[in-house]
Amino acid sequence: MTELPDGRYVDDAPYDPDASLQTLERRDLDAPNMVLVWRKFKQHRLGLISGILLLIAYALIPFAGFIAPYTPNERHSDHLYAPPQAVNWVHEGEFIGPFVYPITSEADLETFQWVFVPDETRPMKLEFFCEASSYRLSGLFKTKRHLFCAPDGATVFLWGSDRLGRDVFSRISYGAQLSLTVGLIGITVSFVMGIGFGSIAGYFGGRIDWVINRVIEILRSLPELPLWLALSAAVPSNWGPVAVFFIISVILGILDWPGLARAVRAKFLSLREEEYVKAAEMMGAGSSRVISKHLLPNFMSHLIASATLSIPAMILGETALSFLGLGLRPPAVSWGLMLNDAQNLASIEIYPWTALPMLPIIIVVLAFNFLGDGLRDSLDPYSS
Amino acid sequence: MAILRYALYRFATMLLTLLVVSLLVFAIINLPPGDYLSNQISELRATGQSAGVAKAEFLRTEYALDRPLYQQYLIWIGFIPGPHGFSGLVQGNFGWSFEFDSPVAEIVGDSLWLTVLVNLAAVLFVYMVALPLGVLAAAKSKTWVDYSSAFVGYLGLATPNFLLALIMFYYGHKYFDLPIGGLMDPVYEGEPMSWDKVKSILVHLIVPTFVIGTSGAAAMMQRLRANLLDELGKPYVETAIAKGMGPARMLTKYPLRMAFNPFVADIGNLLPSMVSGSVLVSVVLGLQTIGPTLLTALKTQDLFLSGFVLMFVALLTLVGTMISDVLLVLLDPRIQYEGRET
Repeated sequence: MTELPDGRYVDDAPYDPDASLQTLERRDLDAPNMVLVWRKFKQHRLGLISGILLLIAYALIPFAGFIAPYTPNERHSDHLYAPPQAVNWVHEGEFIGPFVYPITSEADLETFQWVFVPDETRPMKLEFFCEASSYRLSGLFKTKRHLFCAPDGATVFLWGSDRLGRDVFSRISYGAQLSLTVGLIGITVSFVMGIGFGSIAGYFGGRIDWVINRVIEILRSLPELPLWLALSAAVPSNWGPVAVFFIISVILGILDWPGLARAVRAKFLSLREEEYVKAAEMMGAGSSRVISKHLLPNFMSHLIASATLSIPAMILGETALSFLGLGLRPPAVSWGLMLNDAQNLASIEIYPWTALPMLPIIIVVLAFNFLGDGLRDSLDPYSS
Repeated sequence: MAILRYALYRFATMLLTLLVVSLLVFAIINLPPGDYLSNQISELRATGQSAGVAKAEFLRTEYALDRPLYQQYLIWIGFIPGPHGFSGLVQGNFGWSFEFDSPVAEIVGDSLWLTVLVNLAAVLFVYMVALPLGVLAAAKSKTWVDYSSAFVGYLGLATPNFLLALIMFYYGHKYFDLPIGGLMDPVYEGEPMSWDKVKSILVHLIVPTFVIGTSGAAAMMQRLRANLLDELGKPYVETAIAKGMGPARMLTKYPLRMAFNPFVADIGNLLPSMVSGSVLVSVVLGLQTIGPTLLTALKTQDLFLSGFVLMFVALLTLVGTMISDVLLVLLDPRIQYEGRET
């Protein structure tokens, strides 16, 4: 700031003739919506990281068996409740690559617990791309190849072993298959029902709207968990694990649609009076065409964002159901089922690693929340 | 007067909703193939105990389980006379629990009040936590206060309730000497109310309240923050600041009152999830609410017991929602009495 002799103040900064131009360029105005949404989404760091994390997690699902050193129900009867084993690199000042010390169990007759003593004189190198117990890769190809496994005579329990001597790490990686997909199936059910009922109610209005609206209100006013419990208690006990898994996902979805239907209905109510809808109708488009071609694409992205936000509830729901013993049943493996073992205070205190599946649950749920938030914020690229 | 009319109208719709819910509940509890008695009869037949079979058959006719399903429903509700005249939910007869071999009313007994108590405490907790934190987060938005409260909130949303319960229990006992399990000292169970018993219940309530309330508080905090931020961007706030009003006074005088509505209105959304949470947490922590009863009843197909518990849980949320709706009208006269469109 300079003061001129006549007492006026003048800014010293050089004059920039472009400053008054709008930053929004022609190119941006012509860009397709998706590009703008993506550009804005990229700025939402947390959402972006969460999205990438989830992508990786889902991409790894088919390879769960490859990553896990053991199969989920493989029992090591002399390693019950083994604590997590460290993977070391340096033995007595000498670098020899990743290795484990073999552990042996001894019964402590005072506390009646197994005590595990690592034999620190014998480092045993981990094997990579080795052959161990056979499994089906992505459920299709029978193979024995694992990413890493323990050498003969040693074990590798990265995150400890559970009550029956099963490797917690392997079970978590197998459990991801069910725990992560349960939300996807559930949300599909809820999506179809929500869009179906919501658009019928919003588009046609009148009596049918009234009925659907009451159903939505009633379902929303009921506590979910007791109903989930009641519905899953009705699943016949002689069904196979796969059938139970599907029916549980559907049950989770069935009680979730009212929220979505409500949003869809509100959108329809405001959009159906728009001119382009009138125009389409006058040109002879049937109601199903108007709904699917003209109305739904308008707010599909919003629906996807809100669906992302309701997946966590389903993942947590599956966890709670399995935890209470009314959800998935062994020999299926899910994170909730694993936590069933950590149900009492004793295991939290003595074997805290049995509660480890809570970590992936928390991470996935948080990631979905952040991703949903990011999507929602970036879906309106024109707002500042 | 209009408010009274609205309250009556709301009450009537609640009763209607309850009726529909009862139909739903009855359908759900009858979904599993077979029922408790026929399971028991076939089991007794297999082991050759004819006396037991006779008793089970007797119970079957006694509770009208041999009639068609729609009649069973009407008898259960109390709309048509059963084997002993009108005695259904409407008449205050909750039925018979086959699993425990005693009337449902006797089994649930005290646990009904404890369920209400636990949920009430959780709702209070949500308000007490969400109000100051939400206001603080909005007033200091985009500072570390905001971010850290959001982080804690997210963590509360993401941690499974039952695990949080276990962990809180463990550490609460280890570091603060909080009691483990139950809702009162075993000494006071079945005792008449006394000051010591109340104290014992209060101490036992700390962990469950915290666990049930956390996710609700997190959600409500976020909503309050968003609402307040919306209000803070409005011109009248700018005017108030421009005229020299202090920030604290400005905040409490106008925007807070505007942002307050969802606090009451949200109970309707909050309550179902809290009741859900309380059922789960009760099972894990062994609280004497109806949560554990529901679980056993469902697992053993104890028809009337699970039906009653489900109805009670639904009633709890419906009454809560009704109260919040009426309160909302009292609080904000702009809201129309005849059916809100939200």
